[in-house]
Amino acid sequence: MAGKAVLTGTHFMNGDEACCEGALAAGCRFFAGYPITPATEVAERMSRRLPQVGGVFVQMEDEIASMAAILGGSWGGAKSMTSTSGPGYSLMLENIGLGLCTETPCVVCNVQRAGPSTGLPTLVGQGDMMQARWGSHGVYEVIAVAPASPQEMFDFTIKAFNLSEEFRLPVTILADEVVGHMNERVVVPPADQIVVKDRLKPTVPKESYLPYQPGPYGVAPMANAGDGYYMHVTGLTHDERGYPGMDAATQVEMTTRLRDKIQNNLERILDYDTVMLDDAEVAVVAYGISARSARGAVLAARERGLKVGLIKLNVVWPFPEQFFRELAPKVKAMIMPEINLGQMVLELERVVGGRCPVELVAHPGGAIITPDRIIKAVQAALEEKP
Amino acid sequence: METSKQREVVITGFGGQGIILTGNILGKAATIGDGRHATMTQSYGPEARGGSCSTQVIVSDGEIAFPYAEHPQLLVCMSQEGYEKNQEALVPGGTIVWDTDLVETGELNPDWRAYHVPATRLAEELGNKMMANIVMLGFVSAVSDVVGVDSLKEAMLSSVPPHTKANNDAAFERGREYGQAILKSRAKRESSGEPSGS
Repeated sequence: MAGKAVLTGTHFMNGDEACCEGALAAGCRFFAGYPITPATEVAERMSRRLPQVGGVFVQMEDEIASMAAILGGSWGGAKSMTSTSGPGYSLMLENIGLGLCTETPCVVCNVQRAGPSTGLPTLVGQGDMMQARWGSHGVYEVIAVAPASPQEMFDFTIKAFNLSEEFRLPVTILADEVVGHMNERVVVPPADQIVVKDRLKPTVPKESYLPYQPGPYGVAPMANAGDGYYMHVTGLTHDERGYPGMDAATQVEMTTRLRDKIQNNLERILDYDTVMLDDAEVAVVAYGISARSARGAVLAARERGLKVGLIKLNVVWPFPEQFFRELAPKVKAMIMPEINLGQMVLELERVVGGRCPVELVAHPGGAIITPDRIIKAVQAALEEKP
Repeated sequence: METSKQREVVITGFGGQGIILTGNILGKAATIGDGRHATMTQSYGPEARGGSCSTQVIVSDGEIAFPYAEHPQLLVCMSQEGYEKNQEALVPGGTIVWDTDLVETGELNPDWRAYHVPATRLAEELGNKMMANIVMLGFVSAVSDVVGVDSLKEAMLSSVPPHTKANNDAAFERGREYGQAILKSRAKRESSGEPSGS
């Protein structure tokens, strides 16, 4: 593996390793982290691979410092990331908020295990979905992706970096233990076929640069610290210069900017796949490893003649509200399997607003949901009298 | 041997035996060598060594949606606990393989093809009991066609540390020979009308 950032070819690797390779292919050259099952393999491979490509790996003292370090790495101009699991993600959330407030592009991979607390370190969970949306305090928008295979760990890590660079914010990869530890074919394309996006750079004279003045599509160009541009980086509510403004007007202006750069660009961010949805009477909505269970269920149910389709969420935050509002009156029910006791299903229910029933197929963690359980829920929904 | 398009393999043992690596090699052989689809999942506890662990490998000509074995056709047991936990799931007509010295089976389903190999002992004779998993892989290559033998060997050699290649190659061959000898003696007994058995 000496020296190559893009390992073009066909591999049999696990999701954590594929995440590392995706990051390198996207241009990541700084990783700061703290090992934790089931995310350790991301850091482990990074520690070997980054020095080969001129990057820097630092094992930090904890996850709070890890998150702080990658924010600094990003302001220094390096594409930066960290990886962790639930307990570490809880610690990172303070500084993820700092990254959101200071509009710092970076990537956090959370390979979810079952919680709360130390929980089941080696076993699967999807319990951090709402934490990724609301876990840091205050008012903000986030972007999170949910890979369902090692290949998607590669592809969606690139996607996460691109979105973080394009929209200047920390992007979370909401993976899970099964996807992280599962080995499968991973095809790494030639480097020139991988789309890599970089943050906008200032085009104005150094003296007139404003680090938070929205540019094209609502996102401010970002200078590197040390390039000679005036800059001020703070977690206090700040104006376009980056200077603290301790009043409601500045807060309104800043949070509007944080919201609008996401909400006004949904067509560039939202991503979901549909499978056999055209004539479906029941729609299964799933993400991450549960989308594999759902796909198995939908294919088996179709073989039995059941009219069921699948919506697989690739980007989970922001949630595709408009799509589900329009779909709701066309189906008899929606079913969501997830490895928690009901998180994304709350968002689905909110958006659907009673226009069709929404059923949860839940597992609290430690095992993935079997296709059988989803098929039973589909059958029950189809038998329900309108 | 099984003929269905999707094959599900469960390999069980305890931490430190190289069980997960064995699954990885099998999946790699199917994916890279044979050009088919394969998933390898693993299950282990918080302990570094000694705890129960297992790996599941699914090999298919088509896309694999659900990555866990629901009807395993090949079960490899390198620990008593692994045998007891998993043997019920093996399908009729399935193949069960165990380490002679590590597993004591109860009465086996007569529909199964059953084989045992003293993999750990053979590895010890070759100088390193850590290679028991590779002896087992060689044995499996003889009694099952879940993956091509050339693919399997290539995947094995590319997965072990370079300085151990020669020893692992010998371990693989030892297991394979042992398996081929069993198949030969069974074929002989069957053609002479004697009942077969493990």
